[in-house]
Amino acid sequence: MNETYRMLAEFAQTWGLLYFVAIFAGVLVYALAPSRRDRFDAAARLPLQED
Amino acid sequence: MAHTVPTKQMTTSEMGLAIVAAVFALFALVVAAKAHTPEYAFHAAIFAIAAGASVFAIANRYFDRPAMLPPQEIDGRPNYNMGPVKFATLASLFWGIAGFTVGLVIALQLAWPALNLGLPWTSFGRLRPLHTSAVIFAFGGNVLLATSFYVVQRTSRVRLAGDLAPWFVVLGYNLFIVVAGTGYVLGITQGKEYAEPEWYADLFLTVVWVVYLLVFLATLMKRKEPHIYVANWFYLAFIVTIAVLHLGNNATVPVSVFSPKSYIVWAGVQDAMVQWWYGHNAVGFFLTAGFLAIMYYFIPKRANRPVYSYRLSIIHFWALIFLYIWAGPHHLHYTALPDWAQTLGMTFSVMLWMPSWGGMINGLMTLSGAWDKLRTDPVLRMMVVSVAFYGMSTFEGPLMSVKAVNSLSHYTDWTIGHVHSGALGWVGYVSFGAIYCLVPWLWNRREMYSLRLVNWHFWISTLGIVLYISAMWVSGILQGLMWRAYTALGFLEYSFIETVEAMHPFYVIRALGGLLFLAGALIMVVNVWRTIAGAGEAASEPAAIPALVPAE
Repeated sequence: MNETYRMLAEFAQTWGLLYFVAIFAGVLVYALAPSRRDRFDAAARLPLQED
Repeated sequence: MAHTVPTKQMTTSEMGLAIVAAVFALFALVVAAKAHTPEYAFHAAIFAIAAGASVFAIANRYFDRPAMLPPQEIDGRPNYNMGPVKFATLASLFWGIAGFTVGLVIALQLAWPALNLGLPWTSFGRLRPLHTSAVIFAFGGNVLLATSFYVVQRTSRVRLAGDLAPWFVVLGYNLFIVVAGTGYVLGITQGKEYAEPEWYADLFLTVVWVVYLLVFLATLMKRKEPHIYVANWFYLAFIVTIAVLHLGNNATVPVSVFSPKSYIVWAGVQDAMVQWWYGHNAVGFFLTAGFLAIMYYFIPKRANRPVYSYRLSIIHFWALIFLYIWAGPHHLHYTALPDWAQTLGMTFSVMLWMPSWGGMINGLMTLSGAWDKLRTDPVLRMMVVSVAFYGMSTFEGPLMSVKAVNSLSHYTDWTIGHVHSGALGWVGYVSFGAIYCLVPWLWNRREMYSLRLVNWHFWISTLGIVLYISAMWVSGILQGLMWRAYTALGFLEYSFIETVEAMHPFYVIRALGGLLFLAGALIMVVNVWRTIAGAGEAASEPAAIPALVPAE
């Protein structure tokens, strides 16, 4: 039990942390990249365009 | 040019679903006949009747409909399928009133226990899950069904996928609600909070939910817009995660197909952990992600302004769904759950502050430059106040998940107050706002019958919420402090019944708050009914067409 806990805790504290940071960084890059500015501005107006 | 009139034929899905329903009706009849308990026989009979009725409904629709199914587009514009949306909207009103009324009854029972009436069916223990399920799953669920089917069509600019499938989702979901609710009153429960329905209801809900996911995905897949609007991301997260949670927390083995009783495969503290992994994410994905989707469509639409920051919506979406799933252990502080798991739950709950407030800021700031609309538009005011309540309860939640605070707040009315600031303020108000927007759109009215009545609804129920949550804060902290008070000799200072006596006045105030909230909702029902009936439309018609004067 203790051994399982130690193993899981070690995994969570190292790879778990890295995985969360990497995903968050990925999301930041995706959302904030200047090349997507126009696309997101258009997307924000999507509900306002009546058909 | 001569063209052949298409011959009318039953579609494969009409034929298939009718056969499946007929077989299921027979099966349910057998189960009803051989059921171990009369309550279970009653439920089997409900399923048999519902399945039989759907065979009849499918056949009836086939005889009434033209040879061709409704077209995807008419004159180049999407031919939206609003029937299921209308049904779910009206169902949400019905269940809302039912759920708020039962809530008022159990609030009164806590203040005056004689109102339990000494009957098993009306006891607090059975009515309480009836209240929570009616408001969360019946009211909230139907609001989510209605708005998700509306929003995914409008933002994808295509007709809802499927012909019978959307109706199966909406009607099947409401059948599940009926089975679940009558089960609680008759004493059928598996005793898991927010997951009380037994195995057979759970299995049926699983089928309905998978069809819901397929309809939603298929609609997204044939969309005409290149981008999937953020509201649909939130709806999708809600649908997928609820499916996973439902399967994990209801992994049970039934005693027999003729018995309502089942046993869960998880044991002891693992079962408790799975339960609160489910329970907290029901809050996170049903009551948060789903209703954030409503916020992201209806507030920009009503304010006629794009969402404040689309980029923030992406960042807080991914942060929210990745963090929420870990917060469950905070429901099990100071229990047999390992300490590290409790600390993990607490830490993730505190981290949730950021994505939650990201959503709140995004919702509120959508109004920047249009704040004057709050004065003139009570519908928008309702939705903006709901976002403020969202901010408040997502501030309070992480605070209460901190172990030191939880040692005071846990098992007290503070928790009930917290839940209701979220449920009445956030979920309730954003739902009411969405209904006030949806009803005129769906029934082709210019506006609600009366915005003054919306105003009355807003102020009466706001007063109700304030009475409710402040009474529960005071009562909860009082209760917590009395429980932990020791005398100089180290004995507990108060007996349990003394704490119950001390809370009585606050229970009365809470019931009054609930009464006001119910009164507000009844005003809404009248307003919706008048709107659909078309009252006030004809009179204002001439004014809508301004007389043209030729320029000379």
